[in-house]
Amino acid sequence: MARYFTEEHEWIDVEGGTATIGITDYAQSQLGDLVFIEVPETGTELVKGGEAATVESVKAASDVYSPVSGTVTQANEALGDDPALVNSDPEGQGWFFRLTIADPAELEGLMDKAAYDAFVASLD
Amino acid sequence: MTETTTAEQTQALPLDAWHRARAARMVPFAGYWMPIQYRDGIIAEHEWTRSHAGLFDVSHMGQLIVSGPGAAAALEALLPADLASLAPGRMRYSLLLDENGGILDDLIVTNLSTGEGTAFYLVVNGATKHDDIAYIAARLPAGVSIAHLTDHALLALQGPEAAMVLDRLLPGVGDEIAFMQSTARRFEGARIGIGRSGYTGEDGFELSLPAALAQALAERLCAEAAVRPIGLGARDSLRLEAGLPLYGHDLGPETDPVSAGLAFAISKARRAGGGFPGAERIVALLADKPPMRRVGLKLDGRMAAREGSALFRGEQEVGRVTSGGFSPTLGQPIAMAYVARDHAAEGTVLEAQVRGRRLPATVVRMPFVPHHYHRNGGA
Repeated sequence: MARYFTEEHEWIDVEGGTATIGITDYAQSQLGDLVFIEVPETGTELVKGGEAATVESVKAASDVYSPVSGTVTQANEALGDDPALVNSDPEGQGWFFRLTIADPAELEGLMDKAAYDAFVASLD
Repeated sequence: MTETTTAEQTQALPLDAWHRARAARMVPFAGYWMPIQYRDGIIAEHEWTRSHAGLFDVSHMGQLIVSGPGAAAALEALLPADLASLAPGRMRYSLLLDENGGILDDLIVTNLSTGEGTAFYLVVNGATKHDDIAYIAARLPAGVSIAHLTDHALLALQGPEAAMVLDRLLPGVGDEIAFMQSTARRFEGARIGIGRSGYTGEDGFELSLPAALAQALAERLCAEAAVRPIGLGARDSLRLEAGLPLYGHDLGPETDPVSAGLAFAISKARRAGGGFPGAERIVALLADKPPMRRVGLKLDGRMAAREGSALFRGEQEVGRVTSGGFSPTLGQPIAMAYVARDHAAEGTVLEAQVRGRRLPATVVRMPFVPHHYHRNGGA
């Protein structure tokens, strides 16, 4: 399994043709306490860079983008009852949704962990 | 809170390093770097303030002194408050009005007059303070002057344990003053002005002192187990729950005191006597009822309606949200909105348009969370 990252602070785990997607620890720390998360319904067709989910903190609503195009196969229903899972375990139990990857070529250009960490360090 | 400026213009407040040492996330607000939250996060900070005591750095706000023999009359020409009957040591919420009765700012005025002279202390919003000063200064008669206390910090200690904590540091304050009263003490050799007021709905104090002493005071207060520093994020969610409007969002030149539900700030004597900016229009609005009213809304579910959300009743657009968010105390989204009078009655169910969806939003009485002011003198 390989994990990639985007400049919009999503992570994507790729295993075969399936990807699991969430937001990074840096993203959750910037958003603060999350109080509402809307994940896409199963079957939703997502496009790379398009809106996939919405997160709301106390202060603001923000969009989460899909790092690749594909069809949603599963959403993390636990986030409906406990959005704070994304704050406590953003890169584990706080995953957002899974999809079947439409075009593996879209993974090219995403960052690996070292590149993402360097990217985050450059933001401060 | 959108009073953002570019980083180059953004100034540091006296406690800047102190906030950063406490892992504050600093954001530009009203021209200053300000802590939006510390390590615990907005919800924990919000709940701490409602159950213990929170320390807020509000040094971005404008602290002004208007003084001179005719200061009361000069301010009455700009504010709808009855300052002639405001006793020394008493505080009042008021509004800086334009010629049409539009709201230029909201503020707290304290009568600091002594046997030695007449003086009023005004605390105004940070984002508007320079405009306020220019507006007021241009309208003061000879003999009345305005001073901007740029060398002063302002800290707010808010919450049910605020009085207990402050009493250890400055004995007797809790017994001496009640809500909207002020006094002064010495702290490290300097005068510290203390008003029993705030922006959370809780009992609490606002403490004005020389900027050089702000860190010593903040450290003394935060050494108490009951006190934690609280950022702007929780300040906003606390004031929203308390039903307190935020200038630039819920109030502005396009709003007036009556539509904003702030008619209490227009003293009875002033309604009869007039003589403040926009008096004619405001007196007419009081008599005829304004077409729009500021109301509170509660939403079902967890998706919030935020500033700018249009409100509908059926197909008819009847209003707009001016601030909204998640209420940590109630566990549901709440909002303030201006709604057409015919649709503003308590219990009316409207629909808020949020990201293409219509969310049921019920008009409710404010505050959303009861105030806990200390209204009587003495404990």
